[in-house]
Amino acid sequence: MEKMSRVTTALSSSALTGHTMHCHLDAPANAISVCRDAAQVVVAGRSIFKIYAIEEEQFVEKLNLRVGRKPSLNLSCADVVWHQMDENLLATAATNGVVVTWNLGRPSRNKQDQLFTEHKRTVNKVCFHPSEAHVLLSGSQDGFMKCFDLRRKDSVSTFSGQSESVRDVQFSIRDYFTFASTFENGNVQLWDIRRPDRCERMFTAHNGPVFCCDWHPEDRGWLATGGRDKMVKVWDMTTQRAKEVHCVQTIASVARVKWRPECRHHLATCSMMVDHNIYVWDVRRPFVPAAMFEEHRDVTTGIAWRHPHDPSFLLSGSKDSTLCQHLFRDASQPVERANPEGLCYGLFGDLAFAAKESLVAAESGRKPYAGDRRHPIFFKRKLDPAEPFAGLASSALSVFEMEPGSGSMSWFVDTAERYALAGRPLAELCDHNSKVARELGRNQVAQTWTMLRIIYCSPGLVPTTNLNHSVGKGSSCGLPLMNSFNLKDMAQGLGSETRLDRSKGDTRSDTVLLDSSATLITNEDNEETEGSDVPADYLLGDAEGEDDELYLLDPDHAHTEEPEYVLPQEAFPLRHEIVDTPPGPENLQDKADSPHVSGSEADVASLAPMDSSFSLVSVSHALYDSRLPPDFFSALVCDMLRFYAEQGDVQMAVSVLIVLGERVRKDIDEQTQEHWYASYIDLLQRFCLWNVSNQVVKLSTSRAISCLNQASTTLHVNCSHCKRPMSSRGWVCDRCHRCASMCAVCHHVVKGLFVWCQGCSHGGHLQHIMKWLEGSSHCPAGCGHLCEYS
Amino acid sequence: MDQADLSQKRRYVQYLESFLKTQHYLLQMDGPLPLHYRHYIGIMAAARHQCSYLVNLHVNDFLHVGGDSKWLNGLENAPQKLQNLGELNKLLAHRPWLITKEHIEQLLKAEEHSWSLAELVHAVVLLTHYHSLASFTFGCGISPEIHCDGGHTFRPPSVNNYCICDITNGNHSVEENQVNSAGNVSISDSFFEVEALMEKMRQLQECRDEEEASQEEMASRFEIEKRESMFVFSSDDDEVTPAREISRHFEDTSYGYKDFSRHGMHVPTFRVQDYCWEDHGYSLVNRLYPDVGQLIDEKFHIAYNLTYNTMAMHKDVDTSMLRRAIWNYIHCMFGIRYDDYDYGEINQLLDRSFKVYIKTIVCTPEKVTKRMYDSFWRQFKHSEKVHVNLLLIEARMQAELLYALRAITRYMT
Repeated sequence: MEKMSRVTTALSSSALTGHTMHCHLDAPANAISVCRDAAQVVVAGRSIFKIYAIEEEQFVEKLNLRVGRKPSLNLSCADVVWHQMDENLLATAATNGVVVTWNLGRPSRNKQDQLFTEHKRTVNKVCFHPSEAHVLLSGSQDGFMKCFDLRRKDSVSTFSGQSESVRDVQFSIRDYFTFASTFENGNVQLWDIRRPDRCERMFTAHNGPVFCCDWHPEDRGWLATGGRDKMVKVWDMTTQRAKEVHCVQTIASVARVKWRPECRHHLATCSMMVDHNIYVWDVRRPFVPAAMFEEHRDVTTGIAWRHPHDPSFLLSGSKDSTLCQHLFRDASQPVERANPEGLCYGLFGDLAFAAKESLVAAESGRKPYAGDRRHPIFFKRKLDPAEPFAGLASSALSVFEMEPGSGSMSWFVDTAERYALAGRPLAELCDHNSKVARELGRNQVAQTWTMLRIIYCSPGLVPTTNLNHSVGKGSSCGLPLMNSFNLKDMAQGLGSETRLDRSKGDTRSDTVLLDSSATLITNEDNEETEGSDVPADYLLGDAEGEDDELYLLDPDHAHTEEPEYVLPQEAFPLRHEIVDTPPGPENLQDKADSPHVSGSEADVASLAPMDSSFSLVSVSHALYDSRLPPDFFSALVCDMLRFYAEQGDVQMAVSVLIVLGERVRKDIDEQTQEHWYASYIDLLQRFCLWNVSNQVVKLSTSRAISCLNQASTTLHVNCSHCKRPMSSRGWVCDRCHRCASMCAVCHHVVKGLFVWCQGCSHGGHLQHIMKWLEGSSHCPAGCGHLCEYS
Repeated sequence: MDQADLSQKRRYVQYLESFLKTQHYLLQMDGPLPLHYRHYIGIMAAARHQCSYLVNLHVNDFLHVGGDSKWLNGLENAPQKLQNLGELNKLLAHRPWLITKEHIEQLLKAEEHSWSLAELVHAVVLLTHYHSLASFTFGCGISPEIHCDGGHTFRPPSVNNYCICDITNGNHSVEENQVNSAGNVSISDSFFEVEALMEKMRQLQECRDEEEASQEEMASRFEIEKRESMFVFSSDDDEVTPAREISRHFEDTSYGYKDFSRHGMHVPTFRVQDYCWEDHGYSLVNRLYPDVGQLIDEKFHIAYNLTYNTMAMHKDVDTSMLRRAIWNYIHCMFGIRYDDYDYGEINQLLDRSFKVYIKTIVCTPEKVTKRMYDSFWRQFKHSEKVHVNLLLIEARMQAELLYALRAITRYMT
């Protein structure tokens, strides 16, 4: 502050004032530079070279330096710099390799002063000495830097970088004799102006060209460099080796970098391509820019702080032919827009979540994290250490731990391994998978498979009697004791199944429309079955009722599809129960309880003997044999798949998708399918189920998925003798002309599974080695090693 | 084998490595385009120059990665998306300066057939790569053995007349024969050619500092060179009828190279200082198709700096001036101007027969003849001529890329 006031008094004016404003130039700008008095700015480009006065409200064109009849290439400027000691002195670097100095004090219209034509290629940068009035430095594409004394006609000294094109040269602000230069090959060199023979120091700063550099205005040793590799690096040059102290990663190659006055850690950057914004970074905070100026519509080519001691005014020129003054208080601050949140999984499935405290506090009132049942248990909270930077208040960190056991995914692994997905008729696949699911205690899934089997296989493929038989066999398995247990589980399964339907808004409303009493009963049933061990008879009654509905409603609603498709699905597994349940007196009783089934005494009566229950099933089969083709269910099945996927059981969704194949595929859009496949494969691979995942990839019909196992199928083989890659297609190494990977037992080339001892590196065919080891524990190659195979 | 030979080989190997790495990355590694698309684009590009060698090579690869053989019956059998690319292919191959952001927009906004930016950059790199590779193929006289149908299937590349390594060696037996046949012309004559060239280079080196041409003159020299390149065309234009099998990829055979100067009076000159590969092209490519920018950049770099400091029988010559003249002449033919180059140098260093050769190789490689190859730089080694070819193709690739990428950049802003 002290310094600031001193400077302003030196300028004999009050602090700078102004607005964010811009003015249109006639042509794209390549570079800008500010006059010492902070009231004028010079803009240079291929076809523009003008001085503007910065006034309170606007830029005013003050002088056009581009005079003369024919535009000369000498005026096609790549860079411009205004002398910081002498406000009449300017220098430009021309694209044809000429360095021009301009004296505004000349009385004539042409202010051109001197012309140095020593560089052979484009001059990329010119730089005046910060305190010496007559010293000018230039860096060129030809790899040379030249130092000019403006009192002489030619250069005083030439510095050869010995590497490639020079992109930037900057005199050190603090050290009188030092300047830094950056190169196209990524190097930065430090020179002493008195010693043109060799550089003082050289180091590689970036990968690819270093486009710019800037000395810190106060910190003696700090140099910021920006490169094509999208990085801004801050180097500490005071140490023996240049040390990288800060690194900022931007999103595009960095064309210019300028330290912000009076703000030790701030610097402004603009990019060469693609990104048009100007960013001001706090180098200690390299991920989010402190401020951002978004005025330009094309790449920004030049930036300059208006006054060396005022941090709030930034000037910029751009390819979009505008000159802008940005006010720091008008900048957009990305930090404010960001919701600082972090989410991370731990090694054992723990989940950590950090967020601004205000967010967490607001939500914790209503138990926000109960959503995912797999990570429900632990909820621990502690405050982060206070943020070193302003702008962020405190944040909260939440950690969710897995309940031991609850997160066990063994069912997933078992299911994945045991499911059959192809290679057998559909009915068998469904039965098999249903059995697998049941054995793992996943009854709802088992039910689903059974339903699918019946929906898709009953009419054409399997004769009705056969079907009945297999249904009967499917769950009863001749174990009467198990029955009641089974039944209860199934009831639970069913309960959730119904909830499934309820959860789907449209379906439910349809059902309600169709017959409110039926749904009501179903709901009732659910609650009770879940809550107590009511025998399955309820279901039986329910089933009956539904059957009634079917009979009753068919004539009325045969033409509309939606109301009906709910029914068969519910009806079916229930009928399944019928087969299993030993009919008893409670049946009748419960029937009587539900008012809704009153009309179906005949059916109830027929339940008594086993045979007639079979016949009932047959009847209903006949019913949708004639009226309901499998297509009829596809919408429902799709909903079911979506339900499973949303529940997180993408395994089920994908398995059903594969098993049913063409039957449902067309009803689910490609992207969803791809998404399911991708997540399932990802899961499988996490559990190292490579074989299953490959099978799934193979069986998938979506192109994006099936090409997954087409990628990186190359196997690189190195010769076991000379360790060189085997380039030819055969099994003989072209370098040492020996067969690679010979079996130590049979002395043939092993082309399949090769097993070898890690001790002596001999080995061979898996079977051969196994056989050998039965007889001897020494190496078959005769090396005497006692081989061990794990 | 002396030291120079060795180091020269090492440089070629370096280039070869960089070249193969790039090609492998473009065709095999992760990228936005599916594998068969890549090969098909390669076929499209090579077919524009009727380069049956490359076409055959990639037809096999295309089928091998599961491409639909129906597509090979012509571009109209390929998906609409690839058909859309046909226009860009034509422009890139023959008149890259006509590419505007509207072309890019058409490709990117074609409803369900639209390209993504990343795909487009991949395709552009492939197209330019194969255009220039076709130039190289013709420049080195690599041709398929026409009489063995499908004979390319499982042949290692070395069986095809000569493999790249053999060519770069410059001592391949076939080439030796050419030396003999070409060498008879008149040794003394060509000897003087080299001497004269050396002398000119020396003069230019010396007088550069003394006499500086005025700015206007510099500007007009570029225009002159540009205009002149129009007249540089070989007289023996024996019409090559495109082989049946590849011509199917053409929609428009009549659309060939048109001289910039004849049409380009109203087209503004492309200023390298405003859009160059190192600063702009690289960043764009690397952003949209990661790592490729780096690979191509390396390739350009090695090709541009490739030298073994010999000229014919002279050793330890600084050839950078000559290389720069060749590079800039090619860019000049495409209307690309370097502000910091005196185009008068080109006229001094490159004689007419050489210009004819360059122009033919770069613009209409299918018309190159052995006579042209033999008639320039008669005293130079074949390895040096192959070196020239490398320079030509990389310069051409960069020129095409610059135009295409500039259009993409303009589309993006």
